[in-house]
Amino acid sequence: MTAYLLRRIVSGLVTLVVASIVVFSVLEVIPGDPARLMLGMNATDDAVQALRVQMGLDQGFLIRYFHWTGGLLTLDFGKSYTYSVPVGELIAERVTVSLPLALIALALSTAIAIPVGVFAAARRGKPADTISMAVAQVGVAIPNFWFALLLVYLFAVWLQLVPAGGFPGWQAGIGPALKALILPAIALALPQAAILARVSRSALIEVLGEDFIRMARAKGLSRNAALWRHALRNAMLPVLTILGLQFAFLLAGTVIIENVFYLPGVGRLVVQAINQRDLIVVESVVMLLVASVILINLLVDMAYAVVDPRLRTRA
Amino acid sequence: MSETATHRERGFLREAFANRSFATGTIITTLIVAMALLSFFWTPYDVTKLVVADRMLPPSWDHILGTDQFGRDVLSMIMVGARNSIAVALVAVGIGMGIGVPLGCWAAAKGGYIDDALMRANDVVFAFPALLSAIMITAVFGPGAINAIIAIGIFNIPVFARVARAGALSIRPREFVLAARAAGKGPMLITIEHILPNITTLLLVQGTIQFALGILAEASLSYLGLGAQPPMPSWGRMLFDAQTRMVVAPHLAIAPGMAIVFTVLGLNLIGDGLADLLDPKLRRRR
Repeated sequence: MTAYLLRRIVSGLVTLVVASIVVFSVLEVIPGDPARLMLGMNATDDAVQALRVQMGLDQGFLIRYFHWTGGLLTLDFGKSYTYSVPVGELIAERVTVSLPLALIALALSTAIAIPVGVFAAARRGKPADTISMAVAQVGVAIPNFWFALLLVYLFAVWLQLVPAGGFPGWQAGIGPALKALILPAIALALPQAAILARVSRSALIEVLGEDFIRMARAKGLSRNAALWRHALRNAMLPVLTILGLQFAFLLAGTVIIENVFYLPGVGRLVVQAINQRDLIVVESVVMLLVASVILINLLVDMAYAVVDPRLRTRA
Repeated sequence: MSETATHRERGFLREAFANRSFATGTIITTLIVAMALLSFFWTPYDVTKLVVADRMLPPSWDHILGTDQFGRDVLSMIMVGARNSIAVALVAVGIGMGIGVPLGCWAAAKGGYIDDALMRANDVVFAFPALLSAIMITAVFGPGAINAIIAIGIFNIPVFARVARAGALSIRPREFVLAARAAGKGPMLITIEHILPNITTLLLVQGTIQFALGILAEASLSYLGLGAQPPMPSWGRMLFDAQTRMVVAPHLAIAPGMAIVFTVLGLNLIGDGLADLLDPKLRRRR
């Protein structure tokens, strides 16, 4: 198990390094000189050149790459071209919106999906199963930003229960802040919950057909006891895999959902930074997201060992 | 084609249409594709014609789905938008299959370092949240349908590579492949003659899933203004335009969203149906 985890950590690190090269190279080919863009079209060539030197843009590709990655490792991400503040600060501020949003969405989607999956699997082939899976099938097909628009119309425009967008900040108190995050979180969570419910159901059905469940039932365990105590735990592996993948989806989903709700999160930051050619911000945010995806996958692999003791002994 | 083969195919088709998911999905998808094809010859109104006097009309007999902020007929825009969505997603799947399947088969056939290197490269692509990277790519190379296709297509490559590799690896130890190898056939010929025909259905199932995801991705990109550019109507863009007019003209937000949902639903149902039909284990359980 340790060897396996070590291998996973090393391959995660390799992935991270390759990803950093890809990100850096892709953004190199962006048309437009950031120095020129910052100073405007009327700036003199001398001024632009001076700024290029100040920003380190006059140096070669490799030097700048190592300078950038060295900075990433020491958590010094450089200074944003447009905001003129350290990128680290900018991201830290935005993460306080995006991370709670993604986590609430993840919690919501799990809280909805697993009971629905269990419910459907226990009633396989019955009307309750057919109906819940038909709903899930439609849920998978709904684009989250459209769902978000419908939620805004229903709860913000029509019922006026929550704000249609914007974020008051955590300093305004937990209540108002959560109120601003709840619609975006639901919009993010529901399509994901639909996928997760389908996976949970099919994983459970697979497990319910196994001999040990028949054995448990033969020993006199009730259907429900066998389901919750034996089947669910064994069905968790595929569910965990999907949960890990979903976190990546949720992170990407925040990019679009934050734009729908005008939330000052990391996703909105990166879209704005792309439009403003604020490369250093784009690079840092993308690397941060990639690193968190790799980290989550690693955690999922470790969680396998917790859920499934068989994997602990296998190398 | 021999008589038995035609017979077998007819049997498969009959069985396929007896599968509720597959039949429903095929009907929905056929309707949407027909709508897209029809838009090449006929739409109720010209989508490029702006009639300011008729703007934001609610649904009526003249305009079944109403009109938008420029007085364009929403139904006509949905029809032309279908063309755009389907084209982007389909070509993106084509790119993914065209590059991913040979790579996957190659990795499976060679094994060793080549396999390792290709699969690690796959992991790198998987580590990027696809939508975020698609946004980055379209932002770098400029917004537009072609760049959207490339951005979505790139992320289809590792998906198909993985499926093709897994499929190929499961077929390789089978007797008929061993027999072919014993008969002196090279890896290339074995892949083309024996492996590919046996993983086609697997790829088809994945193809419908990626097609559906492509429709969603295209809608997201064009919602952010990074997909097809106006005046070309696109479903995502229509939703973006509808957002600011939600209070005065909520009908504008309904039709494009429904169009996306139906297209994705139809494709997913086909994929589910196909997977059911092809997985004998699952079939027995029904």
